[in-house]
Amino acid sequence: MKRRVLVALLLGSAVGGVVRLEAAEQPGEIKISAKKFEYHPNKVTVKAGQPVVLVLTSEDRIHGFKMPDFGLRTDIVPGQETRVTFTPDKPGNFSFFCDVFCGDGHEDMEGTLVVEA
Amino acid sequence: MQHVERRDFLRLAGVAGVTFTAGLFPHRQASAQAGNDFHFVQFSDTHWGYSGPANPDAEHTLEKAVATVNGLPKQPDFIVFTGDLTHTTDDGKERRNRMKRFREIVSALQVKDVRFMPGEHDASLDKGEAFKEFFGDTHYTFDHKGVHFIVLDNVSDPAAKLGDEQLAWLAADLKQRKPDDKIIVFTHRPLFDLKPDWDWTTADGAKAIELLMPYQNVVVFYGHIHQENHHTTGHIEHHAAKSLIFPLPAPGSQPKRTPLPYDAAMPGLGTRDVDVGQKIAVVELPVTKKG
Ligand SMILES: [Cu+2]
Ligand SMILES: [Zn+2]
Ligand SMILES: [Zn+2]
Repeated sequence: MKRRVLVALLLGSAVGGVVRLEAAEQPGEIKISAKKFEYHPNKVTVKAGQPVVLVLTSEDRIHGFKMPDFGLRTDIVPGQETRVTFTPDKPGNFSFFCDVFCGDGHEDMEGTLVVEA
Repeated sequence: MQHVERRDFLRLAGVAGVTFTAGLFPHRQASAQAGNDFHFVQFSDTHWGYSGPANPDAEHTLEKAVATVNGLPKQPDFIVFTGDLTHTTDDGKERRNRMKRFREIVSALQVKDVRFMPGEHDASLDKGEAFKEFFGDTHYTFDHKGVHFIVLDNVSDPAAKLGDEQLAWLAADLKQRKPDDKIIVFTHRPLFDLKPDWDWTTADGAKAIELLMPYQNVVVFYGHIHQENHHTTGHIEHHAAKSLIFPLPAPGSQPKRTPLPYDAAMPGLGTRDVDVGQKIAVVELPVTKKG
């Protein structure tokens, strides 16, 4: 079981980095688009222990994506896909939010990652 | 003697406010610099231009606070505004209008030695361009009665970074200090990780704290979190000020960092008077002096 997760993680990151067409078929891929001042979707549900690829895009300007509980942060630059691969290892509700100031409403730009056991 | 003066000061200030006495400068000998005591007033997060239910009085709150500080029987040596002078807007022209109006209102302060620094609402959308036109540099130092003041800018970079250039500048400035010099830092955002999942941090703030660590007498005054907060990293104290627009919840006290409901008595808003001697005393001042 443990070994399968590891293989999936390796596969996920290799595919994510190199072959985009195949990456789209990865079951763990989740698209999130950002714009002032929201993420869509802003609630994402995943399974603990299963690797996830977040595919982040922006519709208007640079935004941030920060999820301190998993030590993740990246810029989301318009016109490109930003891929973040990780394995949520603990169940619970975890917030992510924009950490690149983007205007009047920036403080409300956030979402929740629900990790099911 | 010292104690009587302290009480006098509180009485003269005419407030029933909370006093927070911090052990600032614990490593200074009591004999040094005697008679050099002074006080300054800290304003923070005035957010001029904000309108919304979190403060229906937004158009007058700043003027009231200016009048209250002008009414202090013992005027401060100087006044500092620790950022978010204006509320953000995407429109550069409107941003300048707000800065202009803000500057007009605070020009009514009797004390003319006034220091400014930006918050992310002032500076993050244009990297501090408009702020500099109106208020000058976003980071600088000054000295007053034996205390070295350092103003740090952790907002002109929209990712809330001081940046390597400013950190090098800070390191160079600190190199000229002796280990027991008195140092007061002003900045907008907390330099330490107060509440990372509410973004109450500075991305590279730990590097600034590391640079300050060898100095024995350092205290930081900041804003951004719109409430009083006192925290220590090692021997360095960090004191957050109330805002003049709306109070934010205590870290982690509610699921989201949305403003607290408006209360016409404005108990969560105000400025503060900081008395600097062998110790530091922080007296929270209300927006409007009560009879
Ligand atoms: Cu933002
Ligand atoms: Zn603010
Ligand atoms: Zn702020």
